[in-house]
Amino acid sequence: MIRVELTKRASPSRALSILSPLIALGLTIIAGSIMFMILGKNPIAALYSYFIEPLTEIWSLHELAIKAAPLILIAVGLAVCYRANVWNIGAEGQFTLGAIFGSALPVLAPGFAGPLLLPMMLLMGIAGGMVWAAIPAFLKVRFGTNEILTSLMLVYIAGLLLDWLVRGPWRNPEGFNFPETVKFSTDAILPAIWFASGRAHWGFAFAIIAALAAWFLLDKTLKGFELRLMGQAPRAGRFAGFSTAKTVFFALLVSGGLAGLAGISEVSGAIGQLRPVISPGYGFAAIIVAFLGRLNPLGIVAAGLVLALSYLGGEAAQISLGISDKAARVFQGFLLFFVLASDTLIHYKISFSNLKRAVSHV
Amino acid sequence: MGTTQKCSWAMNLLIETRKLTKTFGLLTACDAVNLAVKPGEIHALLGENGAGKSTLVKMLFGSLQPDAGEIFWQGKSTIMASPSFAKQTGIGMVFQHFSLFDALSAAENIALAIDDKADVATIGAKAKAIAETYGLPIDPSALVGDLSVGERQRIEIVRCLLQNPKLIILDEPTSVLTPQEADKLFETLFRLRDEGRSILYISHRLDEVRRICDSATILRHGKVVGHCNPREETPASLARLMVGEAVTAVHRETKGFSAKQNSAIEVKNLSRAKTGPFSVELNNISLKVKPGHIFGIAGVAGNGQSEFFEAISGEALQGNPETIVFNGKSLGMSGVSARRKAGVAFVPEERLGHGAAPGLSLTENLLLSRHATDAKAYLKRLGRIARDKLNLTSARITQTMDVRKGVIDPAASALSGGNLQKFIVGRELDRQPVALVVNQPTWGVDAGAAARIRQALIDLAKSGSGILVISQDLQELFEICDEIAVMHAGSLSAPIPIASATYETIGLLMGGAGLETIGHEVAA
Repeated sequence: MIRVELTKRASPSRALSILSPLIALGLTIIAGSIMFMILGKNPIAALYSYFIEPLTEIWSLHELAIKAAPLILIAVGLAVCYRANVWNIGAEGQFTLGAIFGSALPVLAPGFAGPLLLPMMLLMGIAGGMVWAAIPAFLKVRFGTNEILTSLMLVYIAGLLLDWLVRGPWRNPEGFNFPETVKFSTDAILPAIWFASGRAHWGFAFAIIAALAAWFLLDKTLKGFELRLMGQAPRAGRFAGFSTAKTVFFALLVSGGLAGLAGISEVSGAIGQLRPVISPGYGFAAIIVAFLGRLNPLGIVAAGLVLALSYLGGEAAQISLGISDKAARVFQGFLLFFVLASDTLIHYKISFSNLKRAVSHV
Repeated sequence: MGTTQKCSWAMNLLIETRKLTKTFGLLTACDAVNLAVKPGEIHALLGENGAGKSTLVKMLFGSLQPDAGEIFWQGKSTIMASPSFAKQTGIGMVFQHFSLFDALSAAENIALAIDDKADVATIGAKAKAIAETYGLPIDPSALVGDLSVGERQRIEIVRCLLQNPKLIILDEPTSVLTPQEADKLFETLFRLRDEGRSILYISHRLDEVRRICDSATILRHGKVVGHCNPREETPASLARLMVGEAVTAVHRETKGFSAKQNSAIEVKNLSRAKTGPFSVELNNISLKVKPGHIFGIAGVAGNGQSEFFEAISGEALQGNPETIVFNGKSLGMSGVSARRKAGVAFVPEERLGHGAAPGLSLTENLLLSRHATDAKAYLKRLGRIARDKLNLTSARITQTMDVRKGVIDPAASALSGGNLQKFIVGRELDRQPVALVVNQPTWGVDAGAAARIRQALIDLAKSGSGILVISQDLQELFEICDEIAVMHAGSLSAPIPIASATYETIGLLMGGAGLETIGHEVAA
C-alpha cells in the first residue's frame, strides 16, 4: 500500500517563496495552452489575446483599471482579515450591501445634489459593507459560529435583497418595467481619473490608497502586529493583552468597509444605477487576488491587475477566438490552483511511504 | 567499510553513529557525533540546551536527515528515512511533550499511532496486557483529557512498547513526575533493560542519571565531550563535563525587608469554575508574597496550575478586584496589560504559542509583552513600531541571559527550548518588575541554563521584588524558595517555610494528602 503524506519542510526556500506567484503564472500558461490545444485553438493566439491584446489599447487599459479597482480594494481588506486568521468569504455580499447603502441617497432622494452627495454616498457604502460584515463578527464572538459559513450565506441574502429592491420598491417608475433603479445624477457619479482618454474612475485611486494604507498598517504599526500575532498564535496574543473579540471585529469591519467602498464605487463609477447583477463575482475573485498577492497589500495591487487582465483577456478571447466563457473561467481556476499548489509545495513536501517495502527492508 | 561493519557488530552494538553532522544555517547542531549504545543498557545522553541532543535523537528517529555521517543499526549502515521507518526498524520514542489527543480514549490514541489494522478494542486489550507486564497500569477506555501527566506518559510508553522496539528513546521522562511516580518508572525501565532492550535516556537530572544509567555520552555545543560511567562520577563532575566549567551553585541569602511593606503579590480567596471538560476548578486560593521573597507552588502538572496562572496574569478576569492585589493595587478585574503596567511581569509555562509566537521574530516577541508598559520606548507616532529600539533591547537581553542563536533575529521557533526560555525570562527581568509570576521556569532546560535562570530570579528577589514560582521541579523550589505551598486538585495548601519543608512532606502533599494527615505543623 502506498500512502501519500504531506510533511512540513524544515526550512522552506526563501527564493522560491518569492518566486512562487511567477511559477504559478508559468504553470497556468502551460496548462492553459494545453487546454486551448484540446479545444482546437491556437494556444499562442489565445495567450496573446489573453495577456497582450488588452494592453495594446488605451481604452482597454481603462477597462483594466475599472476591473482591477474592486478586486484590489476587496482583496486588501481580505488580506487584513486572513492575516488575523479570520476567514471572511462573504466579501461579495458586503460589496452588494455597500452598493445598496450608497445608492440609497440618489435613489430615494433624487433631488438631492451638490458636492456633499458623493462623499456621503461613499461613506454610506463603507457603512453598508461594515454592517454586513459585523453580522458574522458578532455571531463568531458571541456564539462561536464559523465565519466562513455565516459570511458566505450572507452573500446569497445580499443578492436576493438587491434583486428584490431593484424589481420592487426601488425600481425606476419610468424604466419600462426594467429591473433597475433611476440613473444617478451627475453629482452622484464617481468622476473619471482622466476624462479625455477613457472611463476609468476614482475607484482605482481608492484601491491604491487602500493598499498603501493597509501595507503601512500591517507592516509598520502595533495594530498590524496585533493582527498578525492574533492570527498566528491567539493564546500568545491574549497573553500580550490583546482581545480576540476586538481582533475579529476589527478585521471583519475593515474588510467589510473596503468591500462596501468597492461596491458603491462600482455602481457610482462604472454602472451609474443599481441592477440585479452588479458584480461578475469580484468578491470571490478577490480571494484569489489576496492569495496571489501573498496577503501582502502591495503584492495584491500586482495580483489584482493580473486577474483583471485575465478577465479582459477572457472576454477578448471569447470575441476573437470564440472560446466559451466557461473555458475562460477554467483558466482562472488554473491560476488559483497553481498558486495554492506552489505555496503548499514550498512549505510541505509530498512523501510516498510504501509500507510493505519498509517492512521488508528490516 | 565491510570489515568495520563486521567489527562493530562483533563488538555487539545495537546502534552506532559515526561522525553524524547536522547544520542549521550558521549553527552546527551536531558536529561529527559518535554514539554507541549496547543492547541491554540504559545509556544517558547528557548536555545543555542547544548541545544538540534533540537534533541527534531526531536523526536517529528519522525525523531529521543528517548532512554527513552514518547510522549503523546492528552493525549495518542504515538510512533512517522517516519516523515510521525507524519504528519498523525497532526504535521507539517517548517525547517530552506528549502527542496525545485529549478528546480520545487511551486505546484510540494508541490505535491512531500504530500501523495495525486491528480494531480499537483488540488494540486496547493488547495494550492493557503489555501495560500489566511492565507494571504500567493504564485504563484503555479512559479519556486522555481526564488523565494525569504520569498516566499520559504511561500511555506513550505502552504505545511505544506495542511496536516491540529494541531501542527506546526517552526525552526527559521524569520532568513531569512526582518522586514516587519516577521511582515506578525506573522499575519499568530496569525490567525493559533486563529483557535485553536498550534505552537512550535524555535527562538533566544528574542524580537520576547516576542512579539508573549504565553509561553516558555527554554533548557540549554539538560535540561529544566525553563518555563515562555515570555511577563512577559525582553530580558535580558530570555537570562540569556538560557545561565545561564548574556550575556555580545558586546563591541565596536571607533578606531584611520591612514587614510593614505591602505584599508584592496577594491572592485572596481566588476561585474559578471549570472552563471546559478538561480544566480544573480552583477553590479558594489565598497566598501572600512579600517583597524580596520567593514563594514556590509545587504540584504535579494538571492540578490547576495553568488555570491559576491565567487568573493571576489577567488572561482570565475575576469578578472582584480585591481577589488579586499587586503591590497594594487591586487588579482582579483588570487585564494583563493593566497588571503589567502596575509593575508585574509574567512568564507562562508554554514557551511556543503562549509566552512567544513561534513564527514571529525575537524582537517581535519582545514587543509581545512590552508594548503596553514600554509604549514610549517602542512606539512612535501613528502607532509605528520602533524596530531599532527593539533591536537594542533584544541584544541586551541576549547578552545578559547568554541566548545562543544562529542569526541575529531568528523566529522564536528556531531557538532551542532553553535558549528561548532564557530570552523570555530575560524579556521580563529587563523591565525590573516589582513582582514576577513564573510558571515552570526551567521546564526542559538544562543544568547550565537552569542555574542561570534561577540565579536571575534570586537576584531579582534580592533587589526587593516578590516572586511567585510555580514549578514541578522540587529540587528547584527547595533551591530558590523562601516558602513552598502545594497545589493539588485546584486547592493550595498552607505555605511551609523552607526551613521546615522536606521532600517527603511536599511529595505527599503533591500526591493529595492533607497537611494534617501527614502530621506536619501548619505554618501560622
